[in-house]
Amino acid sequence: MKKVMTHLGLALLSTTMIAGATSAETIRWARGSDALTLDPHSQNQGVTHNFAHHIYETLVDRDVEGTLQPRLATEWSLKEDDPTVWVFKLREGVTFHDGAEFTAEDVVFSLDRARSEASNMRQLHVEVTEVRAVDDYTVEVQTTGPSPLYPDNLTNTFIMDKDWSEANDVVEVQDYAAGADNYAVRNTNGTGPYILQSREVDVRSVMTLNENHWAEDTPAVTEIIYLPIADNATRIAALLSGEVDLVQDVPVQDIDRLQGTGGVKIETGPENRVIYFGYRFGEEPLASSNVTDANPFNDPRVREAMELAVDRDAIAQVVMRGQAIPTGVANPPFVAGWTEELDAYPAVDLDRAQKLMAEAGYEDGFTVTLDTPNNRYVNDEAISQAVVAMLGRIGINVTLASRPVAQHSPLVTNNQTDFYLLGWGVPTFDSAYVFNDLVHTKEGSYGAYNGGLFSDPELDAKIQSLGTEIDMEARDATVAEIWETVKSERVLLPIHNQVLAYAMRDDITLPVHPENQPLLTGLTFAE
Amino acid sequence: MLAFIIRRLAQSVLVMLFVALIAFVVFRYVGDPIASMVGVETRLADQEIMRDRLGLNDPVVLQFLRFIGNALQGEFGISYRLQQPVTELILSRLPATLELAFASATIALVFGLMLGVFTALKPRGFATGLIMAISLIGVSLPTFLIGIGLIYIFAVELGWFPSFGRGDTVDLGGWRTGLLTESGLRSLVLPAITLSLFQLTLIMRLVRAEMLEVLRTEYIRFARARGLSQRAVHFGHALKNTLVPVLTITGLQLGSVIAFAIVTETVFQWPGVGSLFIVSVQVVDVPVMAAYLMFIALVFVLINLIVDILYYVVDPRLRVDGGGGGK
Repeated sequence: MKKVMTHLGLALLSTTMIAGATSAETIRWARGSDALTLDPHSQNQGVTHNFAHHIYETLVDRDVEGTLQPRLATEWSLKEDDPTVWVFKLREGVTFHDGAEFTAEDVVFSLDRARSEASNMRQLHVEVTEVRAVDDYTVEVQTTGPSPLYPDNLTNTFIMDKDWSEANDVVEVQDYAAGADNYAVRNTNGTGPYILQSREVDVRSVMTLNENHWAEDTPAVTEIIYLPIADNATRIAALLSGEVDLVQDVPVQDIDRLQGTGGVKIETGPENRVIYFGYRFGEEPLASSNVTDANPFNDPRVREAMELAVDRDAIAQVVMRGQAIPTGVANPPFVAGWTEELDAYPAVDLDRAQKLMAEAGYEDGFTVTLDTPNNRYVNDEAISQAVVAMLGRIGINVTLASRPVAQHSPLVTNNQTDFYLLGWGVPTFDSAYVFNDLVHTKEGSYGAYNGGLFSDPELDAKIQSLGTEIDMEARDATVAEIWETVKSERVLLPIHNQVLAYAMRDDITLPVHPENQPLLTGLTFAE
Repeated sequence: MLAFIIRRLAQSVLVMLFVALIAFVVFRYVGDPIASMVGVETRLADQEIMRDRLGLNDPVVLQFLRFIGNALQGEFGISYRLQQPVTELILSRLPATLELAFASATIALVFGLMLGVFTALKPRGFATGLIMAISLIGVSLPTFLIGIGLIYIFAVELGWFPSFGRGDTVDLGGWRTGLLTESGLRSLVLPAITLSLFQLTLIMRLVRAEMLEVLRTEYIRFARARGLSQRAVHFGHALKNTLVPVLTITGLQLGSVIAFAIVTETVFQWPGVGSLFIVSVQVVDVPVMAAYLMFIALVFVLINLIVDILYYVVDPRLRVDGGGGGK
């Protein structure tokens, strides 16, 4: 009996080997979740965009350095006599997967669709008033005022074919409230390097190389099998057992072990996302504190004491197992406006921190509740736990309230928290994006994530001027001034930049993309 | 009989309504669906527009009535996450879950019976002690741990079975089955074993206890006294008389196998309704969660209804009690 079992096992083993051996050009790519939809304008979400970038293309996109690159547009510039108009020259000789030619009317149609009401991409195009085709390969975008950085907003706005959309009745973006789903949710017709062959939501999607793609270099990968595997341990097991070739979402705790495993390698790189703490400003006492006659966070000495008590290096080493880059500024290093001076952070100094607390009148400390998400960022809850302990050393007695992001996020946007953890990515790669939402006084479309209600009218005026300043040198100077104030006032308490890790079989290489949107056209094979 | 069934049906409808209400109230506290749908980078004004379009700003009572009204027509709306009709999503995931549930129920029943009979017939053997000890592990270890353990042994180390997914499937008129392909069958092994372990040990212990009970009865002694073969005594008389409670439990457990498949499906990335539900909970995809809970409630209600009717047919005492009220 035992012998039979061994034979059976060997037989099964050999079939696994045969099934596991695929041609060198097929890549089985596993992630934690699936693209939400194939409709390119319906969701502004990283995983969905990453998937779509293989099938659809944008006018411009970013390489792994974070630099803007031409894609369907070959050149772009502000119109000579009118700074409120952007002119895009389009690539010629590009065809959609169904053979239709790519022209200016497709760009006009797609940008209009992307800024329509049901689209989730519309926020990136709010300043646009009109998109017009000048000729077959030139498009002009009219904005309300000068908008020097508009092309930065285009890196995830995909171009669809106008005729295909009309023929399939998908001129409108999928509306959740509608009774039926839209053809574009399940079908694609892009200009991208890969053509979607089949898709089973949450199970697998298959794409093959687009032979007619415009790029000169043919990608090494000719077939992509995309496999969402939700469970972390299972996803890693699938890589170890050779059932997948590439795992994009690698849990921090597995990185060390994988590095020591034969046949598998890890690529790491900084992500465009900073993790920080925010606190409540203003005279009003904190809702969760035992200090009922004042707001301790409003005292700059308390904020300084907190910064001196938080050990960023320890968090990076212990909580993040080395997979984080500690920082002193709430701005990822890719973003314009980042400097090394800003990035520097003070060494831990508990004596001075305690002295500052005493000067501020809190030698006995105070209590406060810290709200943290527990499923949004890498080890978010563990970071908060570490900070609770660190602040305890200077007498700040923190109670931790941990929630899933779906419950945490409304606390911040509705200003129902005294002290909170949040992460911030900067898709435009420009500091104004940080200022608009985190630093500007909460009013109108500004300060949406200014959870602590920080307010400084002087800064507000400077921030608003960034939107329309077309003299780039003057603009950079203003950005630097704003950062200086933000840093010296300690408007936010930045901790670190997240690091991304991709795991793959050791004969392939895929560099980490700062927005976690790697294109598999950039994947290379050894030899 | 008819009155009994009607009464049970009315009760079932009440149960379903109650489940719907609880589900609905709970969802109010799961979190803000918009926050998970759009991510932090979407402006609040745009989030508000979405909330309005989805009717999330309406009074709860109105939302609930709308939900019930649509549910009665089998209409559960569009998934917030995937933007596809929920009914269609669940139906497309159902074959995977049902195949897994029936495979593991079969394993549980066959091995549970065999081991149960064996341990009852040799109550003092070494093997019995071993099996009972192992069965304790089966009862007490959480499913996800068993699943991950099996993956590491049989997928990563030995490479015998796939670690995730369902393999190749064949579409039979809307029923996507993995039972007809080699890779589909191989993919089924680990999740089916994982899911069956708990039920297996349950059935085994039940059969063993019942068997021991029956083996002590007079008629077994008489059967032995008549000189019947061991085989006829054990299987013809003893086992037969233990089967009634075993079948009842198995029937009832089928519902929980479908419901408990959630964990197993998540660990093995099995594309069934359970893993759909888990992902939906994480992103607060209310239409899918609601439809799933209603579906599971329906499964339980239906199974209970059938079991009750079967009792009524089998057990004359119930008929007397039920008839008393009518006359």
